[in-house]
Amino acid sequence: MAVILETIKNLKGYKLHIVKTAKFKTNTIVWKMKTPLTSENVTKRALLPYVLQSSSKAYESTTKLRSYLDELYGANLNVDVSKKGEFQIISFSLEIANEKFLSDPAPLLKKGMELIAAILVKPLTENGAFDKATVEKEKRTLKQRIQAVYDDKMRYSNYRLVQEMCKGEPYALHVNGEIDDIPQINPENLYEYYKQAFAEDEMDLYIIGDVNEEEVQSIADHLLQFEDRVPVQLKTAQTVSREEQIVKDQEDVKQGKLNIGYRTNVLYGDQDYYALQVFNGIFGGFSHSKLFINVREKNSLAYYVASRLESHKGLMMVMSGIEFENFELAVQIIREQMEAMTAGDFTEKEVEQTKAVIENQMLETLDTSRGIVEVLYHNVVSGQNVSLDDWLQGMSTTTKEEIVDVAKKIQLDTVYFLTGLEADK
Amino acid sequence: MEMIIFEQLQEEMYYEKLDNGLDVYILPKKGFNKTYATFTTKYGSIDNHFLPPGKEEYVKVPDGIAHFLEHKLFEKEDGDVFQQFSKQGASANAFTSFTRTAYLFSSTSNVEKNLETLIDFVQEPYFTEKTVEKEKGIIGQEITMYDDNPDWRLYFGLIQNMYKNHPVSIDIAGTIESISHITKDMLYECYETFYHPSNMLLFVVGPVNPDEIMGMIKDNQSKKDYKNKPEIQRKFDAEPAGVAEKKQVLKMNVQTSKCLVGLKAANPTESGTIMLKNELSVNVLLDILFGKSSDHYTELYSSGLIDDTFSYDYSQELGFGFAMVGGDTNEPDLLASRLKAMLMEAKLAQSWTSDSLERTKRKKIGAFLRAVNSPEYIANQFTRYAFNDMDLFEVVPMLESLTIDDLTKAAERLISEDRFTVCQVVPKGK
Repeated sequence: MAVILETIKNLKGYKLHIVKTAKFKTNTIVWKMKTPLTSENVTKRALLPYVLQSSSKAYESTTKLRSYLDELYGANLNVDVSKKGEFQIISFSLEIANEKFLSDPAPLLKKGMELIAAILVKPLTENGAFDKATVEKEKRTLKQRIQAVYDDKMRYSNYRLVQEMCKGEPYALHVNGEIDDIPQINPENLYEYYKQAFAEDEMDLYIIGDVNEEEVQSIADHLLQFEDRVPVQLKTAQTVSREEQIVKDQEDVKQGKLNIGYRTNVLYGDQDYYALQVFNGIFGGFSHSKLFINVREKNSLAYYVASRLESHKGLMMVMSGIEFENFELAVQIIREQMEAMTAGDFTEKEVEQTKAVIENQMLETLDTSRGIVEVLYHNVVSGQNVSLDDWLQGMSTTTKEEIVDVAKKIQLDTVYFLTGLEADK
Repeated sequence: MEMIIFEQLQEEMYYEKLDNGLDVYILPKKGFNKTYATFTTKYGSIDNHFLPPGKEEYVKVPDGIAHFLEHKLFEKEDGDVFQQFSKQGASANAFTSFTRTAYLFSSTSNVEKNLETLIDFVQEPYFTEKTVEKEKGIIGQEITMYDDNPDWRLYFGLIQNMYKNHPVSIDIAGTIESISHITKDMLYECYETFYHPSNMLLFVVGPVNPDEIMGMIKDNQSKKDYKNKPEIQRKFDAEPAGVAEKKQVLKMNVQTSKCLVGLKAANPTESGTIMLKNELSVNVLLDILFGKSSDHYTELYSSGLIDDTFSYDYSQELGFGFAMVGGDTNEPDLLASRLKAMLMEAKLAQSWTSDSLERTKRKKIGAFLRAVNSPEYIANQFTRYAFNDMDLFEVVPMLESLTIDDLTKAAERLISEDRFTVCQVVPKGK
């Protein structure tokens, strides 16, 4: 039995993905558009969805839009800009009550889709430009959003690691763009970029819920039509082979933040991608992993220590918070865990345990509508067509030898440490 | 076993109080992969002054001990319980709040085995001096992590402004100094006082067969010899009605300032239906005043005083309660004074209309449907409601029954100059 049934239809200029399921009390609509990250457009693109959300022809002010959302039984509208591999992805999502659980039978899904369409294709414009007041307001908010990264030291140290590790690669760009770009953005050039994005981006619409597929398709086709396009695919990211580097920053912080970046040399969809997943689980993904046991439980050095994968760029990142003076010791223990992995110093039991937890994690992700969309979207980003059943099968048949082989491909690239002002180094 | 049906939601729930006093709830969720279970004791960071069973005198325990105990329950003579859970394909976790400590797992297989592991590890404490000492380093790093987090400092700073004597103002994890005094004997004393099944609630939600799950739980509990236990005696010092501090400014290494204003609840002694009504009235009131569709929100956003971190919230438990409004801002003083003026004016003008009330009710009903998609929300919130003698599934009927008059009463009760306070985080050097 398939864990999930995804129907994909080619509509005009985008793909419609429907996952019919009765387990939610709401229906979820997600619009995604992706294009390669570029320093030229990164900041405009970070601003665009917020401007669209803030002012459309039908809902020219936030008050109007939000009042309408309240009336639609508190439909939850979110916009988001994210980075997957070297793509910058814009998402609009709307979660709306399924009227069969309400005393009021008015159909809500169609209204929700109409609202998303109004935001996407009917922005408030004048003489070929966006509304000036809206753009200025959202520029100010974007500036604060960029600054906020600095104020959250866990995010900041991860951002600094990526910046140092991927210097010169598009992946080093911050997803929210650069403060210095903001003053150059105006209602005219942003509107130009809007037209360009809707003409060139790869676009996908997801509908998750207890829906009628024909009806959804006909509504979508009626509301949203674009020119056909050939989306830009990126070539497999080439790894820069270089000496390990250590980067330290000093800031007024109480806890040191240790972030270590590795190149995995494996991408989503590769033959040994599943082995990499299991590798990460044994090494640092969970509370039974080597990092947790050795850095936290055995040596009491940290409260949190974990590793995670960036599957579309081929990175693995370790993060931890430690005392300043424990830097060398923590790095040494983490290195030892990596050596243990390449030496095959882990048991079949650990392999089986990790597979069970990964499978559990994947199945749990599918219990939320947004989780379903995120999982399915990996195929769009990677240009692959891996079904969830294939994924689970591939992961569960990974052998210890394959895990050791993949471990040998992983190279440490950058050790980043955010340390305190009073620390002497 | 009792069955409770929620027709509009198309859900049913099973309940039984076991002989040892444990409340067990099971909510079968069809179509879901995962089962989520929480085992919660009505014991949190505020319960620091109490009468241990069999003792004559009240004891006061170090700050952060409930949270410390939560950490230590995971460690057993033969290793830690995380390992056990992950061998069974589950992920486990726990959290400590002001009033509760919850242990939980989620899994898509081996549900009964995992449930057994959950119940047994919580009911079989194993504390030694050595493992207690080891944990001090780990929790010390948890405390330092929060010290660097401006949002956490802001939140706790505001609570400290409000409460002079009540232990809600103590950081849940304590301080590095306070946890240094914790010993294994203290942990056992807290454990013996608060972890009796009659002070606990077990909630299971997922694609389960309620008869089998209930049978397994009863079987497990009947093998353990729990003696009847008298009610827990807690002590709280008297708390003045007004706030302890009107304003506090924290200087931190940040680029953007933050500002939260708070209102301390007036004498929150209620529970049950009255509490539910009050809590929902205040929540609807805050939505009308500061929700994204409100005039106030538009004014603040357009004038550049707030950004998308702006939020508001009301929490209430027996003995304490507070409303909070605010977020990141470039003008922390101006934002504080605008928010204060808006609140004080709202109390006088009472300008809420039945239109805005109806719209907000709809919004909240939709939000509730969205929330019950989440097994985590159901289990955690149901437990919180039950510990306050409220019923989570009464939220929608109660919302539907709210009137303009209820909002006016909520505003009159909540908003008051002497219970208003401000906390700000500003960049160092400013």
